[in-house]
Amino acid sequence: MVDMARMSDEVSNEMSRNAAASLAKVNRRKASDLTARGEPMVWAMGGSLAFGLMMIVGFLALIFWNGFTAFWPKPIDVVTMTSGRVIAGEPMRTESYKPTAEALAKLPTGIRAGIEERGGFADRTLYRIGNYDFYGNDFEWVPVFEVKSLTHPKNMMLVERQEWGALIGNVRSLAIDGKTIANPGMKTLDAANAKARGLREKRIGIEKSGVGEVNREINDLRLSVRRAEIDYGTGSPEMLAAAAHAATETKKLTVDFDRLSGEVRAVRARDEAITVKAAEIGGEVREFPLSNFVRYYLANDLSLAQKTGVYLSRWWEFLTAEPREANTEGGVWPAIFGTFVMTVVMALLVAPFGIMAALYLREYARQGRIVSLIRICVNNLAGVPSIVYGVFGLGFFAYVLGGSIDQMFYPERLPSPTFGTGGLLWASLTLALLTVPVVIVATEESLASVPRSMREGSLACGASKWQTIKWIVLPRAMPGIMTGLILAMARGAGEVAPLMIVGVVKLAPELPVDAVFPFVHLERSFMHLGFHIYDVGFQSRNSEAGRSMVFVTALVLLALVLALNAVSINVRNRLKRRFAGDKF
Amino acid sequence: MATATAARKDEMPASAGTDVYDPTVYHPVQSPSGVELSIRDFKLWYGSAQALHGVSMEIQKGMVTALIGPSGCGKSTLLRSLNRMNDLIDHLRVAGDVRLSGEPIFGPQVDVIALRKRMGMVFQKPNPFPMTIAENVTYPLKVDGVTNKKLLAEACEASLKGAALWEEVKDRLDQSALGLSGGQQQRLCIARAIAGNPEVLLMDEPCSALDPIATMRIEQLIEELKSTYTIVIVTHNMQQAARVSDNTAFMYLGRLIEYGATKEVFTNPHSKRTEEYVTGRFG
Repeated sequence: MVDMARMSDEVSNEMSRNAAASLAKVNRRKASDLTARGEPMVWAMGGSLAFGLMMIVGFLALIFWNGFTAFWPKPIDVVTMTSGRVIAGEPMRTESYKPTAEALAKLPTGIRAGIEERGGFADRTLYRIGNYDFYGNDFEWVPVFEVKSLTHPKNMMLVERQEWGALIGNVRSLAIDGKTIANPGMKTLDAANAKARGLREKRIGIEKSGVGEVNREINDLRLSVRRAEIDYGTGSPEMLAAAAHAATETKKLTVDFDRLSGEVRAVRARDEAITVKAAEIGGEVREFPLSNFVRYYLANDLSLAQKTGVYLSRWWEFLTAEPREANTEGGVWPAIFGTFVMTVVMALLVAPFGIMAALYLREYARQGRIVSLIRICVNNLAGVPSIVYGVFGLGFFAYVLGGSIDQMFYPERLPSPTFGTGGLLWASLTLALLTVPVVIVATEESLASVPRSMREGSLACGASKWQTIKWIVLPRAMPGIMTGLILAMARGAGEVAPLMIVGVVKLAPELPVDAVFPFVHLERSFMHLGFHIYDVGFQSRNSEAGRSMVFVTALVLLALVLALNAVSINVRNRLKRRFAGDKF
Repeated sequence: MATATAARKDEMPASAGTDVYDPTVYHPVQSPSGVELSIRDFKLWYGSAQALHGVSMEIQKGMVTALIGPSGCGKSTLLRSLNRMNDLIDHLRVAGDVRLSGEPIFGPQVDVIALRKRMGMVFQKPNPFPMTIAENVTYPLKVDGVTNKKLLAEACEASLKGAALWEEVKDRLDQSALGLSGGQQQRLCIARAIAGNPEVLLMDEPCSALDPIATMRIEQLIEELKSTYTIVIVTHNMQQAARVSDNTAFMYLGRLIEYGATKEVFTNPHSKRTEEYVTGRFG
């Protein structure tokens, strides 16, 4: 044996000598050139990163700038035009345009020459003139060359109204408690407005809780009769008993209803008795109920503190109030809430589902061709366009599943659907389906990265496979699983296309969570920030009016996704810290 | 062949059929308390590659048995077969008869979990779980469903004392085990292995990731533990084998070449190949 080893040693020595001799003939370049050192690739890689960063920073800057400046009060320009017409409005933006030949022909020679010198281009400014009920138009383009004079009178007031958008003009008189005050001061107006708004809120409170409650009870009684009819047959004693009970109860409730309606009418009359007469810049005067004024200020007479006050009050309204004016004004609270609830329900659905599927795939299934095939399918599912999931969600979840639930549990409400139409539950389920591949892939990778030594250590202690998974593998894999969940939530919260078919609406009458039993109403349709952006920006009467709202809503959506992620990342880091001393 | 009657202790056990190799030289020290693990003609295949070619040996109760040999000789494979850790590997096949105190280890009726509870194992790299020190030590009891706090605390203290770690960690039992040094982690793993009150301790190169001082402590510990447990230790370090073991088995290419009293294996090996290995001429 030893001889053999010695012999083979000699053979290998011989071979290496030969190799060295032939390698010596290869003439090596002594200096490494640029491509060998990889410099151009480093530049390309750095450049790609810089390009990506620039795009992200630019995008964020755009959203942030437009979002944060949208609510800052603007001055009101009063423009006297060469034609003698006077308009008042907030300047929105100025841009170059090309006046038509006809328009040019009508212009004085001096101005025309100026325009021709600029290659036929002139500037124009977009003014938000408001007063839709006076003019039938909110915005107006004013060519700069038509402006004769521009002033900022201190008495110009901007009023945000419950209806009809902004009012730009002056308040001429205030009628309150049977008295009429001409040219009321801001303090007088504030006091009257507070009173009128208080009355309006009182009326809405009665309508929502009192009248709404009575209506719901009457409807429940009607449904109980219908239920008895379905369960026991038409004309059965049970049904007749239910009908008799419903009739007497309804009679009592009708009395309540009439009383409440009377109250509402009375409050409304008191509220509408407080009115203001306001004139637009041209002098046309109209009368409005003062409760219609949401916010008003003398735009050209604001101190910095007052401007900040208006700014903050607009943000507060935006974040906490319901939308008005076809969503182009007011708040987005229902959309924020809807997005939040939907994302949380989605995460609650997708987490156990995805984690268990991945556990089976990685830990229990026999690794072979079938498992590989399943894995490929799961990965490909992540690439299916989301609208396809939406169609599936509507077809299967809402119509098939929801329809069956309605048949079984809510037959008395048919043909109006309960679960058999788009709603929060189906939207969350659809998104859960959409994001489950992300969770499965992340969980599988995370499980695979748990060191073998950990499993062996546990098994050697006599732990079963399940005990090992429960106590050793899953806790170790949790940070990775959380990463998957974060990705899923970020994707789910920002998804719009499938939601448009499975339950998101332009304006939801009720929040999905409220004080009415059973408190969480998964069947209700809901509002969503992503859809709100689309709706305000592209589906509203006046896309110009929705422009700023698009940016502000986008900002809020980004903030919401960020907040949800921050919570998950915090949880993940907490888990990770447990393995901080880990060296292998 | 698996049911071959036990040969007399001073004789060679029955060996595999096709034997073009030298038969095993067999002269282990006998334990007064008998045999703990008997291995008869044990063969093992990873897929189509055979890793063990009919190993037969008897591991003596209450003694330290060292498995030595060059890399890839099958000593770790043999050790990991004893508590069936190799079950985790796909396409693994075994043949032969291995018995722990007379009870078979391989076979369809064997409860692997019950088997593993009778043998503690210490791995090459310390592998404490990401839990507190106390939780690590009492993990085998947690597996058994013990929830009595007093019982757990007692077992924790006893095991840590048994692993000579108690004095160093008694004030920080509720801190993460991952904050311990490598040597402490390995002693923690030994404490964990003995907390389940096993009969046998299997050690797979327990000092290869440790510095000399930590190694010395572990060796002292092995010395203390061998009165209570039967210890099987795989090691690359021949001085270590010479220091701690009573019997030494030298393996080469999946075969047991020599199994005998440690002193003799290192000073007067009966096999030529063993001599070459222990004198450092190959391996």
